[in-house]
Amino acid sequence: MFDFYFEIPLVIRLILQGLAVIMVIFPIAGACSMAERKIAAWIQDRPGPNRAVVPWVAWIPFIGKFLQRLGVFHVMADGGKMLFKEDSLPGHVNKFYFVLAPIVAMIPALTTVVAVPFGAYFDTAGKLIPLGLAPFDIGMLAVFAVSSLGVYSAILAGWASNSKYPFLGSVRASAQLISYELSMTLAVLPVFLWVNAPGTEGTMGFARVVEFQSQPGFLGGMWFGFLMPISAFIFLVALFAETNRQPFDTVESESDLVGSFHTEYGAFKWGLFFVAEYSHMIVGSGVFMLLFGGGWNPLPWVSLATAVEFLGTFLPFAHAPLFVGILSIAIFMGKVLAMIFFFMWVRWTLPRFRYDQVMKIGWQKLLPLSIANLLFYAIAIALIQK
Amino acid sequence: MAVITVERKPLTFLERTYLPQIAGGLKTTFKHLIAPKKTLEYPEQRPAIPVGYRGVPTLVKDPNGREKCVSCQLCEFVCPPKAIRITPGEIPADQADRAHVEKGPQAFDIDMLRCIYCGLCQEVCPEEAIFLQNQFSMSGYTRAEMVNHKDRLYELGGTLPDAHHKWDKKKAAEEHGNTH
Repeated sequence: MFDFYFEIPLVIRLILQGLAVIMVIFPIAGACSMAERKIAAWIQDRPGPNRAVVPWVAWIPFIGKFLQRLGVFHVMADGGKMLFKEDSLPGHVNKFYFVLAPIVAMIPALTTVVAVPFGAYFDTAGKLIPLGLAPFDIGMLAVFAVSSLGVYSAILAGWASNSKYPFLGSVRASAQLISYELSMTLAVLPVFLWVNAPGTEGTMGFARVVEFQSQPGFLGGMWFGFLMPISAFIFLVALFAETNRQPFDTVESESDLVGSFHTEYGAFKWGLFFVAEYSHMIVGSGVFMLLFGGGWNPLPWVSLATAVEFLGTFLPFAHAPLFVGILSIAIFMGKVLAMIFFFMWVRWTLPRFRYDQVMKIGWQKLLPLSIANLLFYAIAIALIQK
Repeated sequence: MAVITVERKPLTFLERTYLPQIAGGLKTTFKHLIAPKKTLEYPEQRPAIPVGYRGVPTLVKDPNGREKCVSCQLCEFVCPPKAIRITPGEIPADQADRAHVEKGPQAFDIDMLRCIYCGLCQEVCPEEAIFLQNQFSMSGYTRAEMVNHKDRLYELGGTLPDAHHKWDKKKAAEEHGNTH
């Protein structure tokens, strides 16, 4: 059915796939900004933005009103405003780096998507084929390597802005990102120790991790989040810090740093920082779900294969690769969006830590904890898998 | 004064991890997330105006539909920001229903850009003709628009119940031959 697609030259195919993924990530990042405002409002007992509406949508009897109340059109209004307002370039900045910074923010944020598989299907032999832009074997390393490049944007922006608060903000950002990078990496190691059992092919890819969480049996079907709760917890906390979300929002703490490194930015350049932050969140949530949340498996102890088997009893097309692919992507996206909701939920629950507290938690609490965690699992895995 | 030393208990291990508190906080915020919203969506929903509210000052008519104001200008004199401007006038002889009314304003302007809603005009008015009623939002595109003229003031004020019926009593007294 889709043979024509595979006859297109590989380069064009990859470009098409890349564009398709970007076409999904961008609107989600936009929708996230709206969701953030709505969730903020709901938690504060407000209805949130609910006024903007396009007239011909308002004419649809029920749905139009619903979409208006949901604030869907505020996304477009915000986006339109951001695109068309004057993109100012302050006189006192270093022009080259000032313009470069938002681009440097955006590139790693979108590049990491490449390494993250977001679904899977079964080929005719029943083998699981992960769906992703570049299904290479070093997924985790690639994500760590590229996503930490994002800190350069903060440093560049703060430095190029040539003013006090952006500079302080960028110093904080770099210190915070470096501090939590360590615990994050150490927290992930037990997962890959477990996955790379002796005698198997070595991998740092996400697909194998998810496969490990979809095995039969009590231990096999268990998600790593249950198997290694401390790892999951450290990774989650570090993820909050890496994405500069509350309660680790010291980088952007408006009360003491105005707007941090993007104080001098406005319009589209500011919007790029904004979208980059949400893209980081989306990719980060995706990685968390792949490592600790079972990836595209619908429930703990219920793997994708089992689910497809079950659906096959009453859906004739359940085994079609297309259906399985869409189903797995839907499950995975659902989990990622749930994670993003959690991010927002936490943001409107917790006050921000003071900067010294952030450093203390990072170096004196999380790092020793993650080392102890690594040692414990290293010994336990060595004993189990010997 | 006795000094009471309050012992501050050291935090337990769980408290130092922040986690139970964070879970509690998340629970609270989630309750609010699904709770009914408290916002009054203003242009569609209007607040209930409490009794004694001091809104835009208006002129009222008596139950017979006559102007109550006799243009004594007390409100004009008392008005702290000098927002009121009255041009006094006589009652035209051809209006039979107003025959016993002493006087009436020819023009009555309240500049709402000056008005401070203090209510002194209402307090000072001997005829109970000016009232600060419930309207709380005044807006306009020009300065001229923000000046309420006489007809606008009566339109905003409407008719309020009257306990005195001053002019009816005056008319009845006159018909009994008693001019005062």
